[in-house]
Amino acid sequence: MKKIMLLLALSLTVFSCTKKANENEIVIGSYSSNTGATATFGVYQLRGIEMAVEEINAAGGINGKKIKHINYDNKSDNDETLAVVNRLISQDKVVAIVGEATSGRSKIGGSVAQQNKIPMISSSATNPEVTKIGDYVFRACFIDPFQGTVMAKFMTENLKKKKAAIMRDTKNDYSVGLSDIFADKLKGMGGEVVVDVAYQEGDIDFKSQLTSIKAKGVEAIFVPGYYNEVALIAKQAKELGLNVPLLGGDGWSSPKLFEIAKEAINGNYFSNHYTTDSTDPKTIEFVKTFKAKFNEVPDVMAALAYDATMMLFDAIKNSKEVTPQSIRDELAKIKDFNGVTGKITMDSNRDAIKSAVVVQVDGPNYKFVTSVNP
Amino acid sequence: MLEFLQHTLNGLSVGSIYALVALGYTMVYGILGMINFAHSEIYMMGAFICYFAARFLHIETPHPLHFTLGILIACLGSALIGYLVETLAYKPLRNSPKMNILITAIGVSILFQFGGQIIFGADPKPFPSLIEDKKIFSLFESPVHLTDILIYVVSFISLIVLSFIIFKTQTGRAMRAVSTRPDMTPLMGINNNRIISTTFIIGSGLAGIAAVLVSIKYPRIDPMMGVKIGTASFVAAVFGGIGSLHGAVLGGFLLGVGESYLVGYGASTYRDALSFSILILVLLYKPTGLFGSTKKEKI
Repeated sequence: MKKIMLLLALSLTVFSCTKKANENEIVIGSYSSNTGATATFGVYQLRGIEMAVEEINAAGGINGKKIKHINYDNKSDNDETLAVVNRLISQDKVVAIVGEATSGRSKIGGSVAQQNKIPMISSSATNPEVTKIGDYVFRACFIDPFQGTVMAKFMTENLKKKKAAIMRDTKNDYSVGLSDIFADKLKGMGGEVVVDVAYQEGDIDFKSQLTSIKAKGVEAIFVPGYYNEVALIAKQAKELGLNVPLLGGDGWSSPKLFEIAKEAINGNYFSNHYTTDSTDPKTIEFVKTFKAKFNEVPDVMAALAYDATMMLFDAIKNSKEVTPQSIRDELAKIKDFNGVTGKITMDSNRDAIKSAVVVQVDGPNYKFVTSVNP
Repeated sequence: MLEFLQHTLNGLSVGSIYALVALGYTMVYGILGMINFAHSEIYMMGAFICYFAARFLHIETPHPLHFTLGILIACLGSALIGYLVETLAYKPLRNSPKMNILITAIGVSILFQFGGQIIFGADPKPFPSLIEDKKIFSLFESPVHLTDILIYVVSFISLIVLSFIIFKTQTGRAMRAVSTRPDMTPLMGINNNRIISTTFIIGSGLAGIAAVLVSIKYPRIDPMMGVKIGTASFVAAVFGGIGSLHGAVLGGFLLGVGESYLVGYGASTYRDALSFSILILVLLYKPTGLFGSTKKEKI
């Protein structure tokens, strides 16, 4: 009994200690998939956030207060996400959260943040539904339908081609969303979708679809899927002697794309959030610092997470007092924010309005081709 | 017409893979009367064994010797895994009800899928091209590649060897005997356990060969890769009449070509629906499949 009492007393002291907030600190939180299926997303995201935090603290913090950043690993798991976001809010008392890289887990974290009225800004969740959760959820990237528009524009204006085929992953919201918008916009720009075929995630043979596309004589194929399937599609298209460009979205962006497809993927185009080839001094500086720190070229996840964190700091700086409510109001007001991934403005749906870049696959690298404004 | 021919070619090459994997299902069913759901995972393991062997032995570059070596290693490795699965998971249940062993098979399958994700990682791996994939000739303007031909040739050789073993050797005769009267064979001096193990070894070896062929043609492997091809091959085996070797081969080709026409001529959304529709129709109207025998109850 004595022992239990002692333990109780001890734990009480411990808890009361942690509860005490430091007046000279602003606590922000983040959750990311540092391990598990989408580990690469989380690892790069965390690097981006930590770089931003270090930079701001090296510059003396915000209005004299240092930033304290708490990150939890959600192990690429939905239930774990729920647990860690709750912990950030109720135990660590964060004033704002940087959301996940994926749309699915950003939705989960976003609904918890919305319930507790803590602002959350997601770095790379492109699904339109994410910010529809409520007025406390933001994002630092463009949404899926925009990419469909970008590629339709690129095809008609830059490649000067009219007849397209679509290959969509029917079970994937991302792919279906991009395909529908692409078809719609292409028609509006004087082009035509000649054939629209489907595949499913996990398929390995696409020759039947590609054969019927070949028979229709198209000038380009829009494949807004993930790199897994796209790599095999590119390889089989070449095997069938189908020599038209493939177009896609940011789901292509992975080193695995080239590792699986090899030369077959070279010369094809996809839309992305940013390119390391950019001549913007801000981007050049970011790439240089990142390279010096991690000995690697920063991928798009790191760049977007860096921007999301910096936007959050911008909002905190502009707030009169550091409360979730006023940070939210300032986030909503962001206009022409100069980020690594371009100029960012928040629209009334709390989605970022920014330009996209179209890049061409060249081995493991992506060559900048053009940038398309909204 | 050209398009039709191309679809047929595509279908045949996928079909030959279905046939190879379907043989494993049908052999085990013929002899044990159980469906080995772990077969698709043995197929997956075959691909991973070859992947890691190629890395450690530095035979990742395209070369006919590397190709042969890769196939052999995968075949032996899968055969070993098939043998271990049989000995450790199925043999102890030989005398329990059929349902127990069926559920164990599903358990083994899940164990491999998720164990594989933990050990190899869930992300897809690029499979090394063990042989240079060049265009050999054009058939009615459709390019025919070396990998396509290899798939036909290797499948064909495997089938011949298999038929030889089953119909011309002592072991094959014993296998057929065990499959018809397992209660009588011990009286004839046949060791049932040894014959059953041999069946698993041969079936798993074929799956390993199929895995390498598929992985060279579609160079992306992951721990869940067996699921789709396993389902399709299982349907092919049922379609052809489970337990029948010719049926499995014919079922594999028919399903491959059927899928190819279906996807090619408009209904690409319904690729997987085809195999399941076939399964339902076969079970409803001709439960024994094309070549199946009409006796006894099945699971």
